[in-house]
Amino acid sequence: MAAPTPPRPGLYYPKLPATWWLKRPGYVRFMLREITSVFIAIFLVVLLVQIRRAGQGPEAWAALLGTLASPGWIVFHVVALAFAIYHSITWFQATGVVQVVRLGERTLPAALVVGGAFAGWIVASAVILAFFVARG
Amino acid sequence: MSRETITLEVTRYAAGQDREPRLESFTVPYQEDWVVLDALNYIKDQVDGSLSFRWSCRMGVCGSCGMMVNGVPRLTCAAFLRDHRPGPIRVEPLANFPVIRDLVISMDDFMDKLRRVKPWIIRDAERPVAEGEYRQSPAQLDAFKQFSMCINCVLCYAACPVYGIEPLFLGPAATALAHRYNMDSRDEGYRFRAPVIADSVGVWECTFIGECSVVCPKGVDPAAAIQRSKLASATDWARSVLMPWGGRGGDR
Repeated sequence: MAAPTPPRPGLYYPKLPATWWLKRPGYVRFMLREITSVFIAIFLVVLLVQIRRAGQGPEAWAALLGTLASPGWIVFHVVALAFAIYHSITWFQATGVVQVVRLGERTLPAALVVGGAFAGWIVASAVILAFFVARG
Repeated sequence: MSRETITLEVTRYAAGQDREPRLESFTVPYQEDWVVLDALNYIKDQVDGSLSFRWSCRMGVCGSCGMMVNGVPRLTCAAFLRDHRPGPIRVEPLANFPVIRDLVISMDDFMDKLRRVKPWIIRDAERPVAEGEYRQSPAQLDAFKQFSMCINCVLCYAACPVYGIEPLFLGPAATALAHRYNMDSRDEGYRFRAPVIADSVGVWECTFIGECSVVCPKGVDPAAAIQRSKLASATDWARSVLMPWGGRGGDR
């Protein structure tokens, strides 16, 4: 579909430096958001290992818990939680930009769309939390 | 009384003379009500007539005087010296574009992309004049109005690292203008623009950094236009898979 514009002699074609993402706070925030995926991916691998160990019996499970209680893993989980929250917040904020909700002739204000997304998130989190608390 | 001055570090580049752009410092009188463009015009008028840059209206309408001011894409007619006191102020050509000379960039690539999205009203059949005008409600106008404020100054492209890395990317302003016509109740050209928009170097190249909307001097939100076009393009795809017999592309 798209064809590159052929280079013209005499023009100077600038190259984006590898440090481009340090040039504006918005770029840094973008890179932080992208990097959250690495931590969330590692968290999910740990979760899969947890499920496997749980299936292997109480000893395997206890051994895994011992490993995860080490300071390194606790620090990792705190950082992963922070990144997961950052990712979720920026994701829900984006809904206001992406999703235009029309009610007949009227357009719902973006703040209401974002507010609705956050409310849904909080309610879902509360329900999951209540489920685990109720089960003890 | 010695008058206050301010220094501008201005990019100079001349094909055949320079292998790459270099900075040249100019000290100009400081005036409270001067913008960077005034200082550049002072330099061209009083110091070095060979300095090249584009400008026209001096009031944020024509979109010709976009440059990097201290690393940020700005219309230089709206960038006051007083906001950058005591200086120096670095003035460079808009990032991500080929430089023709000094502060002048080549817009060819953008003009090409703009043409490809057909930024005009397309009708299957024109209505006879006798039938009257195409009427629009305020809500129908609101659906596209902000995107119609684009002045093609390409500051958004200078703020977009994706465009810097992948010059084939359709980019913010062209998508915003495509979206402007797709959202226009008088328009019937969605199906002609959709293939350009849905292309792998169309909206899907965008990673939603969002700085295009931050730097826009006219309050347009190209990032929103791109994300909404992604939604439309994904919906089209889903529809074509689920209902292969149905028509593609609705009125968005």
